[in-house]
Amino acid sequence: MLGAVATALILINIYTDWLDPVRERLSSLSAPFYWLTDTPSRVGGWAGEQLRTRDELLEENSRLQHQVMLLEQQTQLLAAVRAENTQLKELMNSAESVDQRVLVAQVIGVSPDPLEHVVIIDKGRSDGLRQGTAIMDASGLLGQVIEAGNISSRVLLITDANHALPVQVLRNSVRAVAEGTGDLYRLKLRHLANTSDIREGDLLLSSGLGGRFPAGYPVGEVTAVKRDPGRAFADVDVQPRGRMNRSRFVLAVIDQESGESGLEPGFDAELDEVLDSAPAPQD
Amino acid sequence: MEAHNRWFILLTIFFALLLAVMPLPTNWLWFRPAFCALLVIFWTTRMPQELGVGFAWMVGLVEDLVTGSTLGAHALALAVLAYFSLLTYRRTRAFNPGQQLMWVFVLVGIHQLLGNWVHSLAGKPVPGLTFLWPALTTALLWPLVTPWLHVMASRLQIR
Repeated sequence: MLGAVATALILINIYTDWLDPVRERLSSLSAPFYWLTDTPSRVGGWAGEQLRTRDELLEENSRLQHQVMLLEQQTQLLAAVRAENTQLKELMNSAESVDQRVLVAQVIGVSPDPLEHVVIIDKGRSDGLRQGTAIMDASGLLGQVIEAGNISSRVLLITDANHALPVQVLRNSVRAVAEGTGDLYRLKLRHLANTSDIREGDLLLSSGLGGRFPAGYPVGEVTAVKRDPGRAFADVDVQPRGRMNRSRFVLAVIDQESGESGLEPGFDAELDEVLDSAPAPQD
Repeated sequence: MEAHNRWFILLTIFFALLLAVMPLPTNWLWFRPAFCALLVIFWTTRMPQELGVGFAWMVGLVEDLVTGSTLGAHALALAVLAYFSLLTYRRTRAFNPGQQLMWVFVLVGIHQLLGNWVHSLAGKPVPGLTFLWPALTTALLWPLVTPWLHVMASRLQIR
């Protein structure tokens, strides 16, 4: 009897999404387990920060100051570019791009199943995350939220064998679909014609098609292109930009419509400030 | 049977769940022992009158929720495991450690087989017989863990 119930549950779970709300509700139950098993590394990180020498801190401080200076300089450029971009978009009568807010989250666990690339982060519904929220780190796109619990979420990485996302080559805007392979360091481009213009070293950005991921975030770099004349499609290997199994802190990109709850306007407000202080574009 | 000492059973299950989600290096993930399966075999063999298939089923469902696997996968596997364990608990008790180890390997192997079946149903690629590694590590863990569990259980008079 119980076996039959379990089998029914499995089938419902695999072939329908009826149980998704239940799982999301009950995921608050699993969060403490991940939080607890994460404690040793948190303590280690804390100890590592507390037990550092003055010299190390001074060095790090100066390094960070340099970095901030560089980034600030880039932000100034960005402000100008953004103003120009807005103006051009107005000229073309195209829709205003959606403003995004960014929220920092911490990875507290990794799925115990070696067949799936899923991590658990410590932000959830109460922070504005929803199913489908894009997750990235400082260097590129990581994945998307597949289960948003109240205080934690499960994130499917783009390298998972069941994941695919629409991308675009930065150089020439060729569109493709990047599929996960189950290997943390490799994506594949699917159904890309043998004749399409793509080569090693091309940077792929998310194209925003499909409406899941925001457009324009770096996804990966083409590492190998194999063209076999006997086959219709080229074999293209891509190395993901995001550090799949190393990122401790990740960023959740929340569309403004969905993120109505009291979020800190941090990143965007700052950018707007810079934008306001920048000289107005000439007509 | 002193009812107030049953918390120890729940405590062991709690620790098994913690160990089941503990982060491990990627290459070691294949070898993670099935801690919950080990405990289900242990407890159903030790007190077959009190703990049965239902108990294992509940443990499996909680494990599914915690590990985020397909809901019901562990429930089914552990329920079947408990059923076989209950069929054979008299023999299991009489076995010498070597025989017990092999029997645990077979039982957890069945558990893994069912889990693997659900995996392939969910469309996840399953490479060869790697899914049987946990059965081996669990079997090797059995003689290390069970004496300690027996001592604790006897001291707490769970019988």
